[in-house]
Amino acid sequence: MIHFDHVSKRYANGHDALSDLSLNVGQGEMAFLTGHSGAGKSTLLKLIALIERPSRGHVVVNGQNLSAVKRRHIPHYRRQIGIIFQDHKLLTDRTVFDNVALPLIIQGLGVADIGRTVRAALDQVGLLDKEKEYPVTLSSGEQQRVGIARAIINKPAVLIADEPTGNLDPDLSRDIMDLFLRFNQVGVTVLIASHDHALIAGFGKRVLNLEQGRLVQPDLQYAI
Amino acid sequence: MSYRPEPLDDSDEPLRRNRPRGARLKRKPGRVQVRGYGTRHAQTLIATLGRLWHHPVASLLSIAVIGIALALPAGMSVLVGNIRALSGAWEGAARISVFLKQDVSLDAAHKLAADVSRASGIKTVKLITPDEALAEFRQRSGFGAAIDALDHNPLPAVLVVTPLDSSGTALKPLAQKLRQNSAVDKVELDAEWLHRLAGIIDIVHRAVLIIGVLFACGVVIIIGNTIRLDIENRRQEIEVSKLIGATDRFIRRPFLYAGLWYGIGGGIAAWILVSIALWQLSGPVAYLAGLYGSSFSLQGLGAGGVFLLLLAGAALGWLGSWFAVSRHLGEIEPQ
Repeated sequence: MIHFDHVSKRYANGHDALSDLSLNVGQGEMAFLTGHSGAGKSTLLKLIALIERPSRGHVVVNGQNLSAVKRRHIPHYRRQIGIIFQDHKLLTDRTVFDNVALPLIIQGLGVADIGRTVRAALDQVGLLDKEKEYPVTLSSGEQQRVGIARAIINKPAVLIADEPTGNLDPDLSRDIMDLFLRFNQVGVTVLIASHDHALIAGFGKRVLNLEQGRLVQPDLQYAI
Repeated sequence: MSYRPEPLDDSDEPLRRNRPRGARLKRKPGRVQVRGYGTRHAQTLIATLGRLWHHPVASLLSIAVIGIALALPAGMSVLVGNIRALSGAWEGAARISVFLKQDVSLDAAHKLAADVSRASGIKTVKLITPDEALAEFRQRSGFGAAIDALDHNPLPAVLVVTPLDSSGTALKPLAQKLRQNSAVDKVELDAEWLHRLAGIIDIVHRAVLIIGVLFACGVVIIIGNTIRLDIENRRQEIEVSKLIGATDRFIRRPFLYAGLWYGIGGGIAAWILVSIALWQLSGPVAYLAGLYGSSFSLQGLGAGGVFLLLLAGAALGWLGSWFAVSRHLGEIEPQ
């Protein structure tokens, strides 16, 4: 589902974020991406989201070679993947409902469909009763759930998350990760960047460990 | 054996929450209706208006500035139109007044009028006898009592000659010819100063056009800058929208429509300002026209003028926001 083929990424300032990286995350798989800050986790996710382009090599997501996706087709590509951010990236001047509805509004759905779909997504993250609230009135964990609801509303085949529990305490982190696990159980491919080893150890999922832009100890299974 | 139907528990909240969600991944084409292109545009148009409505002070300030910038050239062009209409009314009556000598008899005057009317290039010749002239003067001037005190009529007979061709070139030789007649005291050409006035109006009209172009550029810049600030304020929203699959067109649309609304709002403001100005002027103008015995009254923008003003506002608004959008939206990319 997510395939990196000898991918290198060198930024304009000469920094090598990724060096000759190859990896494969299969369809319906859930994997964690770990490593120190600056190891290339964010760059890897940015390449998947087409926020950045690789300097060398190819990235293939959901059967599409991203090198072949032209700039004007990027929006349509991004609708197929769900992206979750550490800082949620919610719009503070809009209600929870409107935040979650944004991807549907972008796609031009009718009002009735939007209402139904948004409530279904909010139901899945357990925030059905908060639809009229503004993000600032929610706890950090709830805000992240809104971010997740927005990411899954298009029913994407791939979910990528950059440090989704970075600002949360262990209990809330566990809740959020369980949520990802539930999406994975219904067939969504999930790739989560996280440096919280203690948290991800409990899931028994594949861990991709990045170090200075390279994959070390590939296919390491964390033993409980 | 008793038959029990399957309970319809779908509405039961706890059950619904625990329902397996495998089906959610599968898209159901046909159930989700993507709205038509026109509907989406209409919705953005209304939503953009709502957005302006939510920031009334900022929106009204921008609209007021645009309105003033549009009102100046619009008001001046209305004024020029009025002067044109006024001088046009005079121009249509371009004529030569031939004052006859006091000692010319009424018969001689009639004979002269008949002679002149037979000459080529003459449309009409009207003889105003001294008595008629006096009666008209008495009625118009309000000096009735003073005129009654005169022992004789001081006014001469006048021939009002209207030529077929009202241009200055045709009038001048005719006036020259009339002056040579021994019965004629004085020949006055009304048209000459009208042509000079027309020349002045042409210059003013040209100046109004130049000022109009300058102010139009001003409106484009004002709206462009307003939209630029708007883009800057909504940078986060633009970034997030791009991250979740918004096309450039989708992001551009509300800003373009905001520019359109600013322009139309400015057009309406200009319309109101011009109307107030004309209303303020109409009293004094009617008074002055009354002094001249004229029923002239100021013409407003008219339906066509209002339409043009709103159209100009909308076009300039769109242009200004288009400049801002094409220049600044590309710079905002998610990091």
